Amino acid sequence: MQRYILRRLLYALITLVLLSILIFCLVRITGDPVLLMAEPGAKEADLEALRREFGLDQSWVVQYGVFITNMLQGDFGTSLYYRVPAFELYLQRLPASLLLAAVAMAISLLLGIPVGLLSAVRVNTWFDNFGKIFAILGLSLPSFWVGLMLILVVSVYLDWLPSSGSGDFQHIIMPAFSLGWVFTASHMRLARSAMLEVLGSEYIKLARIKGLSERLVIAKHAFKNALIPVLTLAGISLVQMVNVAVVVESVFAWPGVGRLLYEGIAFRDFPVVQTTVLMGGVMIVGVNLLVDILYAYIDPRIRYG
Amino acid sequence: MDSSSVITPSSGLTSQALVLPWWKKAALQLRSAPLIPLAILAMLVFTAVFADLLAPHDPTVGNLRYRYQPPVWQAGGSAEFLLGTDHMGRDVLSRIIYGSRISLLVATAAVVVAGIIGTALGILSGFYGGWVDQVVMRITDTWMALPTVSFAILLAVVLRPSEWNIIVILGAVFWTRYARVIRGEVLSLKERDYVRLAIVAGCSRISIMWSHILPNIANSAIVMATLQFGVVIIAEATLSFLGVGVAPPKPAWGLMLFDGKAGLMTGFWWLSVWPGLCIMLVVLAANLIGDWFRVWSDPQLRQL
Repeated sequence: MQRYILRRLLYALITLVLLSILIFCLVRITGDPVLLMAEPGAKEADLEALRREFGLDQSWVVQYGVFITNMLQGDFGTSLYYRVPAFELYLQRLPASLLLAAVAMAISLLLGIPVGLLSAVRVNTWFDNFGKIFAILGLSLPSFWVGLMLILVVSVYLDWLPSSGSGDFQHIIMPAFSLGWVFTASHMRLARSAMLEVLGSEYIKLARIKGLSERLVIAKHAFKNALIPVLTLAGISLVQMVNVAVVVESVFAWPGVGRLLYEGIAFRDFPVVQTTVLMGGVMIVGVNLLVDILYAYIDPRIRYG
Repeated sequence: MDSSSVITPSSGLTSQALVLPWWKKAALQLRSAPLIPLAILAMLVFTAVFADLLAPHDPTVGNLRYRYQPPVWQAGGSAEFLLGTDHMGRDVLSRIIYGSRISLLVATAAVVVAGIIGTALGILSGFYGGWVDQVVMRITDTWMALPTVSFAILLAVVLRPSEWNIIVILGAVFWTRYARVIRGEVLSLKERDYVRLAIVAGCSRISIMWSHILPNIANSAIVMATLQFGVVIIAEATLSFLGVGVAPPKPAWGLMLFDGKAGLMTGFWWLSVWPGLCIMLVVLAANLIGDWFRVWSDPQLRQL
């Protein structure tokens, strides 16, 4: 068990180092990072000064060393537009993103799991078909277009909800739904297939042969086991959500990390873009590690494998 | 794909069935195919190829006199602009028709690029094992830890927007799935007798990978490619919508949505509805075909 966790930790560490090298190199391979930061048409002397300021006149190895030590101290560079540390900006925006992700996740679980499980119990009925259509639509619609259509219908024509910004719960309904639909769809599909698999298994047959009522079989024996894969997926979805939210946040002007990234692009604020992408990667690595460790606790085959 | 696998002498069909013409055999095999989605994709290809003939107007040049014209059936609409015009007086229908060209080109090319990278790495990693496997899998892990959308945006910012860069970016982002799945399949293929015999017979590693491994994983690679087609179309639209995809004034659907966003609050609905509907139809069709193809190509799933 300990060896397993240590190995996972080592892999996560390697992944993080590779990730930082990748992002570091990306900026430098594709040209002069100073050109990305400076406005087009800046004077050569200014570019030179910028280069010295960011230490870009040194060798790559030295630069990477500086890059990584700064980062470990929480220094991700200064935002060129806001003139404050990029990491501080990121932390400021993170709660809004987490809130949005939490609500979207709640929608996707509360809607996806029950509908998916019921679809499996009533396979090939009108209910199942309705669920299938809802799921395939969710996977086929770009979330930002769902957002645009919601704004058009609910805000412009019906005038029920505000079209953008943040504040009370009214603001979060539409962004959370447009973000949550895709995940609702994938949770629903997984819940359905997991439940179908469980319902076909030996111990369910046994429970039925014992003469348990169908309700008891499903609620007590099948339900829990079908839930395991869905909850694993939910953990992974949560991280993806913060990252996929970029577009949804920009549609609804939701002040989260995604919106920050979008502004970073618009203002050519490179440190901000770099920080957001890197932190997104860090979060994914972290959650993957957690899921791996949790898996080992749940499943002894992995623990001793 | 092996076209003779359904009707064989041993399958107990009458002799009459055996002499079916090839097109009937094909029809039998495809009888469960999703026809409407196939028709939608066929239409996409058709409009993309014949965009020059189909589009009534130039997609990039507008006339400011005809700004924000509604579709023909609304008051103020004219038959000249069937689906209305945008903020620069450009015909929405023509832009959608030309946009299909970009969507098709970008999605197909990106899926192929991702497929080639992922399949090659997957085969190498699975076949050689050892440190090659370790290195490739660590790289794949890193890649999977990248926030896909944000990473694509970062790349797009660095590379400047254009269709070719989008293809490279999406190809570079989406190959990991192939690598993982195909590595797993190669690991089990490697233990099969015919591969071992080929090694004993002295075939070179390259020829084994090319003529014994590749044909056997081609099926899964194609299934994954069909399933990813829709994902890639949405990704391209997303990048264009965020202003880091296809460069204006080119008529990409995502870019049209970006342009239409400003007119949304004033009720110019046609700018946002049409391109989105097109994306939805194409992605829906691709997903349905992908699902069908996955089940169809895997007899184990077919029985479920």
